[in-house]
Parts: sequence; structure tokens; C-alpha cells
Amino acid sequence: MKILLVDDSNTMRRIEKNTLEKMGYTDIQEAVDGADAISKLTAGGFELVLMDWNMPNMTGIEALKVIKANPATKGVPVIMVTSESEKTRIMEAIQAGAANYVVKPFQAETLQEKISAVTKKAA
Amino acid sequence: MGQTIKVEHITPFIDATIKTFALMVYSEAKPGKVGLIASAGARFDVSGIIGLSGKAQGTVALSFPRITALKVCSAFVGARVLALDDIATDAIGELANIIAGAAKGELSRYQIQISLPTVILGDDHELAGPKHIVPMVVPFQCAQGNFNLVVRFKSES
Repeated sequence: MKILLVDDSNTMRRIEKNTLEKMGYTDIQEAVDGADAISKLTAGGFELVLMDWNMPNMTGIEALKVIKANPATKGVPVIMVTSESEKTRIMEAIQAGAANYVVKPFQAETLQEKISAVTKKAA
Repeated sequence: MGQTIKVEHITPFIDATIKTFALMVYSEAKPGKVGLIASAGARFDVSGIIGLSGKAQGTVALSFPRITALKVCSAFVGARVLALDDIATDAIGELANIIAGAAKGELSRYQIQISLPTVILGDDHELAGPKHIVPMVVPFQCAQGNFNLVVRFKSES
């Protein structure tokens, strides 16, 4: 499974990558903001995206809306992984097409459970 | 004299710090007595700062001595961090971001928006801010050392 990690924080990408590798995923690419994510997703082949919300250039919610509006990418499940913890934000993301939502701070097990739930549903 | 912070406004930031350290630094962060100024003799070499805007304004900052910062970053990143380099500053900024985000979820009535993190590096630096918002300082102890949570918070109501 080819996975795209989108976060402007190198630390968070590293933490998420470590979590995915422990789950057995090895085909992992990284993007530093929403615009970078759109560019990489358009190239194709990704089956899951982990997306931060607050990023420079293009935010995660903006990128999510672009992904879901593009027939070529709308089928790729996107899990928001963000410090935006208000219910209104979570609802906004789900309504925009997010497959799941993980609030920082999180336990590695929580992220693993959310990823497993989304990948099983997509299979 | 500027506006001081109400307990209901500082508590979410303290709780968010404890939770963030427990879940992502794997360390028990114990808060000390909330005060208006940093404890005498405290020395801080790196600070991660997040701006708050919306129906409340201010900043939230985490300030660390160098050694504590390196130990906290190592636990957070999951690899030894030996210098206050790009990895360390990114990690300190992200910790401040996570804490601010978690706290604003408990302060949703203020519709707070948080800025991207800024990280200040400098031996024994002090954080200055607008005089009309009094900073509240919460000293913390954790396995990696001592650090300060500094919150400036002014609400419209």
C-alpha cells in the first residue's frame, strides 16, 4: 500500500512513518503542505493519505476539498491527523470527505487503530 | 496593570501539557504553582511559541533549558537529538502546536485560531509580550528536567 504523509512538521512525519512501518507499511512518501500533497497525489498510485490541518501554503482542509473534488483522487481515503480538536472542525472534515480523524496528542495505538479501520473499509 | 488570566483559561493549557507529555513524550509532567513571573534563577535557551487569535488573543509558549529540550525532543522524536538543530526546533514547535490545539478545543467558545509555531533560540533568553496581557507562568517538572509553560490570554468577555 502506497501512503502519503502530509505535515509541515518533520517530527510528526517521522512519528507517523515509524507507526506505519511498525504496522508493516514500507511504501511511504511525504509532503510538506497541502499544495505539495496535491501535486504528489495527482501523479497517482496512493491508497491512503494522513493529513495535517494547519500548514503553510495550503491547509489540510483546503487540500482535502481539492482531493475530493478531483475524480482522479476522490477515492483515496484521507485521515486527518491534527491538533484541531473542536467538534466543529471534526464535523467540517468529515463533511468534506475525511475517512477518519485523529486528534493530537495521540497514542501510537490510536493512530494504528484508525488506519486499520480505514484500510479494512477500503479493501 | 494588564488583564490577568482566569483559572478557567489557564487550566486547559496545563491539562493539555500534561496529556501531550504523557502520550507523546512518554513522561509525566508535573505542574508547579502558577505565577506571574518565572522563578528566580530559571534559565531557558529554547522556546516554542504559538499565537492565539479570535475572540481571545495571546500566546502560549514552552520554554526549556538546552539539556531538557534535547532530552524532551529525543523522547518525542524517538531518536537521540544531540543539538538544537532543525530537528529539535521542529519538535519544540510541534509540541507547542499540539498543546495549543488541545487547549483551544476546551476553549471553543472563544473560536480561537492558532498560528504556525515560532521557535526562539538564545542562551538565557526572556519572552516579552504586550504589557496589557499579563503572562501566567506554570513551572513543570518531568523526567527530562524542568520547563515553563507561559500563557498570555485575553478574552473579549
